[in-house]
Amino acid sequence: MNLTLKIWRQKDSKTKGQMVEYKVTDISEHMSFLEMMDVLNEQLVAKNEEPVAFDHDCREGICGMCSLHINGEAHGPDRGITTCQLHMRMFHDGETITIEPWRAKAFPVIKDLVVDRTAFERIQQAGGYISVNTSGNTQDANGIPISKHNADKAMDAAACIGCGACVASCKNSSAMLFVGAKVSQFALLPQGKVEATERVLNMVKQMDEEGFGNCTNTGACEVECPKGITLENIARMNREYLSASMKG
Amino acid sequence: MTTFNSRVPKGPIKDKWTEYKNHIDLVNPANKRNIDVIVVGTGLAGGSAAASLAELGYNVKAFCYQDSPRRAHSIAAQGGINASKNYMGDGDSDYRLFYDTVKGGDYRSREANVYRLAEVSGNIIDQCVAQGVPFARDYGGLLDNRSFGGVLVSRTFYAKGQTGQQLLLGCYSAMNRQIARGKIEMFNRHEMLDVVKVDGKARGIIARDLITGAIERHSAHAVVIATGGYGNVYFLSTNAMGSNATAAWKIHKKGAYFANPCFTQIHPTCIPRSGDYQSKLTLMSESLRNDGRIWVPARLEDAKAIQQGKLKPTEIAEENRDYYLERRYPAFGNLVPRDVASRAAKERCDAGYGVNATGEAVYLDFAAAFQRYGKEQAKIHGIKNPSKEEIIKLGQGIIEEKYGNLFQMYEKIIAENPYETPMMIYPATHYTMGGVWVDYNLMTTVPGLYCIGEANFSDHGANRLGASALMQGLADGYFVLPYTIGDYLSDDIRTGEISTESPEFEAAEKEVKDKIDFFINNEGTHSVDYYHKKLGLVMWNKVGMARNEKHLKEAIKEIQDIREDFWKNVKVTGKNEEFNQELEKAGRVADFLELGELFAKDALNRNESCGGHFREEYVTEDGEALRDDKNYAYVAAWEYTGKPSEAILHKEELEFKDIELKTRSYK
Repeated sequence: MNLTLKIWRQKDSKTKGQMVEYKVTDISEHMSFLEMMDVLNEQLVAKNEEPVAFDHDCREGICGMCSLHINGEAHGPDRGITTCQLHMRMFHDGETITIEPWRAKAFPVIKDLVVDRTAFERIQQAGGYISVNTSGNTQDANGIPISKHNADKAMDAAACIGCGACVASCKNSSAMLFVGAKVSQFALLPQGKVEATERVLNMVKQMDEEGFGNCTNTGACEVECPKGITLENIARMNREYLSASMKG
Repeated sequence: MTTFNSRVPKGPIKDKWTEYKNHIDLVNPANKRNIDVIVVGTGLAGGSAAASLAELGYNVKAFCYQDSPRRAHSIAAQGGINASKNYMGDGDSDYRLFYDTVKGGDYRSREANVYRLAEVSGNIIDQCVAQGVPFARDYGGLLDNRSFGGVLVSRTFYAKGQTGQQLLLGCYSAMNRQIARGKIEMFNRHEMLDVVKVDGKARGIIARDLITGAIERHSAHAVVIATGGYGNVYFLSTNAMGSNATAAWKIHKKGAYFANPCFTQIHPTCIPRSGDYQSKLTLMSESLRNDGRIWVPARLEDAKAIQQGKLKPTEIAEENRDYYLERRYPAFGNLVPRDVASRAAKERCDAGYGVNATGEAVYLDFAAAFQRYGKEQAKIHGIKNPSKEEIIKLGQGIIEEKYGNLFQMYEKIIAENPYETPMMIYPATHYTMGGVWVDYNLMTTVPGLYCIGEANFSDHGANRLGASALMQGLADGYFVLPYTIGDYLSDDIRTGEISTESPEFEAAEKEVKDKIDFFINNEGTHSVDYYHKKLGLVMWNKVGMARNEKHLKEAIKEIQDIREDFWKNVKVTGKNEEFNQELEKAGRVADFLELGELFAKDALNRNESCGGHFREEYVTEDGEALRDDKNYAYVAAWEYTGKPSEAILHKEELEFKDIELKTRSYK
């Protein structure tokens, strides 16, 4: 198929960006979206033009590096997948596709479609861990039984890949699904309970300082999340936060 | 002066590690504060090492090329992590894990290292649970285990199909705690481009800031390389797009020996290639072989009709199907080790029986499993005289519970429903057992330069068993390196900060800058990917699953030619002082073009078939791999002398005192 691409081009964080139009031809429906981008970049290099910069790495939907806003949707039109898992069969011949970076104050553009997500790093550093040192002497792994229900729920929350689609999809650029997932994972496990109070207070404080907005329960993040992280995690974080605030 | 001594402690294998730890030199806490360590790579090995070293009190500088340590490719490991906990009470022990690993590796790994790995494997699980890793549990709240290929016990711990992700997030959280304390200084989006040696010791690195292009000098008392394997030398592999061998290759060029590069694992259950635009291959967990049956058409005319799209697999009658693994290996059947399964698929496809339009795929069929589970479910639910459809539906429910995410992934990529038609699979490059040579301390032949995880060569011999890569990465980083590096650093407590103003740093930086300038100013005709794909094709066709002398010699010549052309005609757009992905790729491919040649040279030198290295000249009468323990029970460690073709071979003879060398048989 033949396609028209409208792509955000921006030289660096300081320069103003703009949409630029490109054409690609003979695109196979079996290609992944990023392979289509590879074809475009090969064309640009052949013409001595600068290829489009975009983040990507594992190309199997788990590293969380890829981050495109395609036709106004984080990770494009399909559900439950990342951009690298999106295939061209979701588009039709002659279509115009708009490709933009994540848009959020806390995610400044580095170049073209690449954004800076280190705000997420700082939130994790504020408390997204259990303070246990490496040694051969921690308790035996089966020392504390954990109900299958809670272990499974913790796993569902821990499946977050930190891509930022939740922030990009939210009209408030809220990071509460991302933070809620981490807070929930640890809140559901006995090992995480010890520091639960400080954790939720510190992570939420850092989240606010980074300039993310608040949650107004529109649920867009849940719809676009490639890993199916549910709003339940935000609710759990709010409960944790409330009880921590009262204790604190 | 390079030394080549494996430094394996004396004494019985069971006591080596404990005895060794009891007698090594320690660094007192006050002195650790004055010692800097650089860790390059933040996967399971690098991440766990960085966190543990910082916890001990060293000042750690950690580097990764991604925008976060959490994105390292360890995250993509699906199946699980082995540990000899014997929670299942099925007779597992440190010795059995050790034995299985050495045997699975076709007797080409170092016994003492593997025993230590088995010994600390249980601690890894304890550590991860303490960090909040949500492993799968049973209804009693205890940890669940599953079984993997090539072994007879259930010792694999898992977190759904995302075990690597969860273990990596565990390391990442441990790192975050130390970053917050200021004990780890994290350099995201930075790539190491060379190591700096002062007075023969590793004392720092040259790195490029991938956002600004700034070339930076970083000094330390020791440098740890944890940058993973070199599978992307094939261009197409299950590795991440950015996975590269640059750090490992750069240290090789500065004196670290490179061991057994020809030991590479081709994983049997990957989604087949669909066209020339393909950028990477996707793996599906080996656990699928527990319930899927592998087959190709038994008649050539059926295979042809399928390739042309005139026939569907479901239209081929049972008697016209060739379940070739069950036919050739009745004892292990579809559960033979990875190397055996991959070669058997290639053999059928080369003979013309492959499916898919390319003829490069075989079927993985779950129809029998639907029946088996369906009948069982009907019984459990007391359904009398269930219809065929009912049985299949019940069976599909069970398969969905077990492998639902994999089936969904397959459908997204291939656009076929694997519940209705058999899956197509084909082998793909997955893991590299070879790598930088290290001694028992995980130190390379350069003092103060360490190499851990997949980047080193030590534990998996010629073939790695499933769920053992995660185990090795975490063992190296959490439980081995933090001890062994102290023994070296205890001599450095009075050294003080290492200056980056020395002539050695100056020279290394100049070399890096000159190379970048060359790329930017070359204005050639072909893109970097053009060369990478060319190299990949030679590697796959002539240094792939089956190798022979003629092809290997041709490959060496062809790689040299591609390299020569690359240095004349490569085109890199943009400039250095910016975010420039073409420039990043150029440096990586330049290194692959050298590594590929050494890889072929090593394969040519090893006149035997073992593990992932299969030489067509060395086979038994019935076509199985023929090992030569008399002449090749050694680690081939190559010393760089200016060109890959002139690399000097050093042999580390392998001693097998605790395990008897046997022919691997899965018949």
